[in-house]
Amino acid sequence: MEVQKTALYNYHKNLGAKFVPFAGYEMPIQYKDGIVKEHISTRTHAGFFDVSHMGQFFLEGDETLIESLEKIIPADLKNLKINHSKYSFLLNIEGGIIDDLIITRTEKGFCIILNAACKENDIKQISQFLKKNHKHLLNNDLSLIALQGPKSVEILEKLIPGVAKLKFMTGSNFEYEGEKLYVTRSGYTGEDGFEISISNTKVEKLIDYLISNEVKPIGLGARDTLRLEAGLCLYGHDLNEKINPVEANLKWAIAKKRKEVGGFNGWEKIKNLLANGSEKIRVGIKPDGKVIARENTKIFSSDNNEIGFVTSGTFGPSVNAPVAMGYVKSEFSEIGTSIQLEVRGKKYGGKISGLPFYKKSYVK
Amino acid sequence: MSEKKFSKKHEWVSLDGDVATVGITKHATEMLGDIVFVEVPDAGKAVEKEGQAAVVESTKAASDVYSPISGEITEGNKAIADDPGSVNSDPEGASWFFKLKIKDKGEYDSLMSKDEYDKFCKENPS
Repeated sequence: MEVQKTALYNYHKNLGAKFVPFAGYEMPIQYKDGIVKEHISTRTHAGFFDVSHMGQFFLEGDETLIESLEKIIPADLKNLKINHSKYSFLLNIEGGIIDDLIITRTEKGFCIILNAACKENDIKQISQFLKKNHKHLLNNDLSLIALQGPKSVEILEKLIPGVAKLKFMTGSNFEYEGEKLYVTRSGYTGEDGFEISISNTKVEKLIDYLISNEVKPIGLGARDTLRLEAGLCLYGHDLNEKINPVEANLKWAIAKKRKEVGGFNGWEKIKNLLANGSEKIRVGIKPDGKVIARENTKIFSSDNNEIGFVTSGTFGPSVNAPVAMGYVKSEFSEIGTSIQLEVRGKKYGGKISGLPFYKKSYVK
Repeated sequence: MSEKKFSKKHEWVSLDGDVATVGITKHATEMLGDIVFVEVPDAGKAVEKEGQAAVVESTKAASDVYSPISGEITEGNKAIADDPGSVNSDPEGASWFFKLKIKDKGEYDSLMSKDEYDKFCKENPS
């Protein structure tokens, strides 16, 4: 398959981006400042991220659309208000996570933001449940820009009046340059911020404005350190089709009503796990020293039994220490439990940690 | 102290009598990005030419540091293990990785000069 590029590819190039192949796209891993500076400037000022490789999948239909989607998504879509968003998943019949996503109710239906690497398969999986009168479109004419950091609201409000009124996990239509765009208050960094869905023809102008307000471009490298400090999962690493939401410690994302009534893929299994707990569970991990426990690092108990593995690990610039996430046998999941991490054949001490590693409050 | 010599794996070596000081080049740090972890060898460890001797990790990935020269480690630079970021700021000065007592000065002589190394980097961009 040919490598794809986002509408901002040349713009990134001019900003000094280093590119890497990611989910079939050439994406910036970092810019001139490097990962740590990009990370810090997002936490202290604001940064923008081109996440246009993610799928913006629009669905339209009557009430039967809700029934169809609820078979594969365990959110309470019936009671999701227009312009409100939920974090949820697509589940397979075993309750495994096909993808994690944000679903927003629109006037005509729903918009689902899908991971780039999963989007083609996701659409196949969703389509199995759709009826003839349900319309769907993966809109590739739209870019998606995340603006994240404490100054985001002040900067975006000047350009698009009204966005400051949005609450976390809600969105609205706005006008910009004579075109409609859709803004949600959300993100993947643990900071206040927005995701802006904007036409490919207008996106450069938006970025010009952000840069003139000292918003730095942020690559995938800092996106990863930011999300990991915020305790957020990366699909394909912390989540996959063999892991269910209970194991992933994401049972909060299954709507209360849906937990009781079910009617979605894998419910029988998930109901059982909700009642009895799972064998393994996702936890935060803090190595004691400076050693970085990266993906696939084996985790041992203090008496040398293998109890799990790391799924994401890096150095957290704001925590100023290494941070990781992984799966351990549930009896070792209590916060503060001493563990050992095997890195390059040597065992290093560490502790089970609460998540997130870094916390700021969202605007509610 | 002798002039610095360079390896294709982006280490530098300087020689003082039969004790060599080894570090990673500025070019290497620019490729690695922000360095967040360093592991240096303990005194007494024997290393082979092009054998793994230390570890350097950036926010992106972990890399081995090889010794461009064989010998016995006399000292690892604990200061960079405590402050890995210092490798980015002074890679070819205070932030050396280890010192070793060499066996064969011929190994040092066969490494690249500064000019040869600069040319090598230009011809092998990564």
